Amino acid sequence: MSSALRIIPRIDIKGPNVVKGMHLEGLRVLGKPEKFASYYYEQGADEIFYQDIVASLYGRNSLHELISKTAKEVFIPLTIGGGLRSLDDISSVLRAGADKVSINTAAHENPNLIVEASKVFGKSTIVVAIEAIKQSQGTYEAFTDNGRNRTGREVVLWAREVEKLGAGEIILTSVDQEGTGKGLDIELIRNVFSAINIPLVVHGGIGKIEHVIELLNELKVSGIAMASLVHYHYYKKIRNTFVFEDEGNIEFLKSNRTYSNISPIDLKTIKSTLNNNSFLCRPI
Amino acid sequence: MKIAIIDYKVSNMFSVKNALNYLGYRSTITSDPKIIIEADGVILPGVGSFPEAMQNFNNLKLTEIVKEFISSGKPFMGICLGLQLLFSKSEEFGECEGLNIISGEVRNFDQYIDDHPLPHVGWNRINCYKENNPNLAEPSEKLRLYDEKYFYFVHSFFVKPNNSNHIFTETSIGDFKFCSSVKYDNIFACQFHPEKSGIRGLNILKDFFSGEYHYVQKK
Repeated sequence: MSSALRIIPRIDIKGPNVVKGMHLEGLRVLGKPEKFASYYYEQGADEIFYQDIVASLYGRNSLHELISKTAKEVFIPLTIGGGLRSLDDISSVLRAGADKVSINTAAHENPNLIVEASKVFGKSTIVVAIEAIKQSQGTYEAFTDNGRNRTGREVVLWAREVEKLGAGEIILTSVDQEGTGKGLDIELIRNVFSAINIPLVVHGGIGKIEHVIELLNELKVSGIAMASLVHYHYYKKIRNTFVFEDEGNIEFLKSNRTYSNISPIDLKTIKSTLNNNSFLCRPI
Repeated sequence: MKIAIIDYKVSNMFSVKNALNYLGYRSTITSDPKIIIEADGVILPGVGSFPEAMQNFNNLKLTEIVKEFISSGKPFMGICLGLQLLFSKSEEFGECEGLNIISGEVRNFDQYIDDHPLPHVGWNRINCYKENNPNLAEPSEKLRLYDEKYFYFVHSFFVKPNNSNHIFTETSIGDFKFCSSVKYDNIFACQFHPEKSGIRGLNILKDFFSGEYHYVQKK
């Protein structure tokens, strides 16, 4: 008996909107983050992950208002990522109502931030995000800024290092698989999973529930973050009611299309399917 | 009813306040001794490190205030680090004295668990039946609703009360069982986060401050 597998909807945010792309690029507007979060809370999500995907570019995280709004109605853990550079940045999103923070760029630029942040806020508050891209020689390199910038760091070594520095958890994204719906990169996950002792949350590539089952048959990761799979399900329900705003690419939203590699499914069905396959999830 | 949430600079106090607002309780985040003493109930929240928390606690001269409030018999709830601080001492970053309201120690999971990821982050079940304590009171009907239900945990350390009668619920990580909440007179303190455990967590908060007793004494 142990902690249940966490199912974590990951909500990427640009300006006022939820967006979804492929390989962390090519973004389409899907709706309002707070609506997605409340819906997922009611549907039995174990945690909500908000990622401000342009924050790092602009050097700031602008989700404070959204965080405090969400924390007033969503009573499950809320993890925030994007553009957090300093202890003050971390403190301000925690005060707004976040429970955990996810850092990537700042951790590469100043690994000591992990040490200090875990000392001040508690180790379990500090999540390090790793964006991995497979290299031609078969190894994986860690990237920042949605897979745009190289760091020169090999993913497994970096994962070990952040654990040593005091990270409480790792969220691992396969940028290659992200948004494609072609399945998780199990080789990447296996490499990192076997190298660390802190919880591992994986993300990127899930297009159908079978992809999750395939992973869990081999590796008992602590959590699975997913976007397309659950977003497109919810989006089908709301797309006729969404009020369009100017910001972002809303052509997709208007077009009524869905994405071919994704078999959208709701959280309740995900959890009951996993429980039926003997993978322990918190029932709703 | 007015609840004081103790502000000692390292915590999840805003989440706790959001939960209380949602439940319709008036609450204040404060380190003012007068407001704390006069409150109808007190929550000691907490996420962060034990030594830093104790240092802030001492700087703000909160130790005696908390003890005074507890001796008034009004409901007092500790959450996560707010549970751990009630104990005699912790081994986090070397040894550190706690508030010593409940006799026992705070220990690191490291030495006890090697086959599960640590820190303990996620949803886990609480067990309200303490098989090791045959003399204990039996869970009330209300508490039975929570037995084997999931709550959200996020911690690296756990409490070990010297008197097993103080253990209220237990939780397992693999084969390892630890005390996930204590009940001691007017104190209820839990390692999990009721303010982050969905509707059941909110209900635990509500039950406690509405005076529901979680245990009935065995006749």
